[in-house]
Amino acid sequence: MTTTAPAVSARGVGRRLGSTQALQDVSFDLPTGAVCGLLGRNGAGKTTLMAMVAGHDRPDAGAITVHGERPFENPAAAGLVSMVRDNQRYPDDLHLAHLLRVGPLFHAGWDADLAAEVVDAFRLPSKPQLRKLSRGQSSAVAILVGLASRAPVTVLDEPTLGLDATSRQVFADLLVRDLAAAPRTVLLSTHLVDELEGLLDHVLVLDGGRLVRDAALEDLHGSASVVLGPADAVERATADVAVLASRRVGGFLERVVEEPGGSARAAGDPALQVRPAGLQELVAALGAGDDGDRATAPRPGSLTEVPR
Amino acid sequence: MLDDGSPLFQQIARQVSDGVLVGTFPEGTQVPSTTELAALHRINPATVGKGLALLVAEEVLHKRRGLGMFVSDGARARLVERRRGELATTYVRPLVAEARSLGLAADDVLALVAQQLRDDGPAPTTRRPPVPTPARTTPEGAR
Repeated sequence: MTTTAPAVSARGVGRRLGSTQALQDVSFDLPTGAVCGLLGRNGAGKTTLMAMVAGHDRPDAGAITVHGERPFENPAAAGLVSMVRDNQRYPDDLHLAHLLRVGPLFHAGWDADLAAEVVDAFRLPSKPQLRKLSRGQSSAVAILVGLASRAPVTVLDEPTLGLDATSRQVFADLLVRDLAAAPRTVLLSTHLVDELEGLLDHVLVLDGGRLVRDAALEDLHGSASVVLGPADAVERATADVAVLASRRVGGFLERVVEEPGGSARAAGDPALQVRPAGLQELVAALGAGDDGDRATAPRPGSLTEVPR
Repeated sequence: MLDDGSPLFQQIARQVSDGVLVGTFPEGTQVPSTTELAALHRINPATVGKGLALLVAEEVLHKRRGLGMFVSDGARARLVERRRGELATTYVRPLVAEARSLGLAADDVLALVAQQLRDDGPAPTTRRPPVPTPARTTPEGAR
């Protein structure tokens, strides 16, 4: 359900935090109605980018716009985005009831019935102060705000962090159902790539503050592959393709390469195992950050599927 | 969740067309809505939409405005034809590759297939339309 005008536009966005270049030259257009996974390692710049989309912060280079508005200190943009940081701090005496009461003041589309349902679904306790909730319960509160706000751009920062298995399913159920009821653009960061992949239709991958992938999910699928086998055979087969990550275990080498089908040479070699890289493998490989061989100690059982 | 390594929208299309093939969704009946399929599999509604669009393009489904998606007349026959075309690459090729790596002769492979067919008994014919031409399983075809 994507249309042509982008919901979020970034052009040459940079942000320095102290001595760290947290983001550098990040440009993308996020289609309206997309559910976009913002992926990458810890410290890649995901939360920094999300904070700028939400107007909690501003770039010190380039520009970011949400439905044409610059979000920082801009009343016209304030209602367009909803975001709760993964490490959100709340005032000492703030309770769930307060949050439910102030929500509609910040978001015109706030759905109180949905909010109540989310509270029930996650069994959120109303008694304690918000700052005393567990990690998982804090995530549930962030999901509550994100969904109930019905903001045109909903930013979910690590929404499943600390959630138990049942709650993660509850989250997926609520999100899919609410997307059908109120289509909107979602930007969500996660490390549980495999588990949430089905919710996404677009992917942005950050590494070291730079945007290293910006693609529709279906275009990423099969764009990289994993080649595994005796080290010399793998080296031969992948000599002239882009290698994203390498892992050496004894005489074996596993490479994630940016080539469907491994490479023309890999395809014909019976000593090699070649398979498409899954999204999680691709993201992990992009985060590995070099094309050198990462030596790995053998793990019990890790060689069982290696060909002779 | 679905998972066979192919893109999710293709898996959705495959699953719905499986339903048409086995008779869960007879011709002329409505298939589950995008919202239902998205909720059922916990996947993005847009992804489901792409999967159903694929089946519309393949003339398996058609849209009735305001009502939903319905199984087209002749959809099952079209699917049977398409899947027969894919049988060789999807199933026979890996079978032959595995048999080769095990050093099996062509006759051994054919004997295994024949044995499996006997073990499974006669093919269920009740829900299947007449087959235009029988599948060829001659030794020449197996090479």
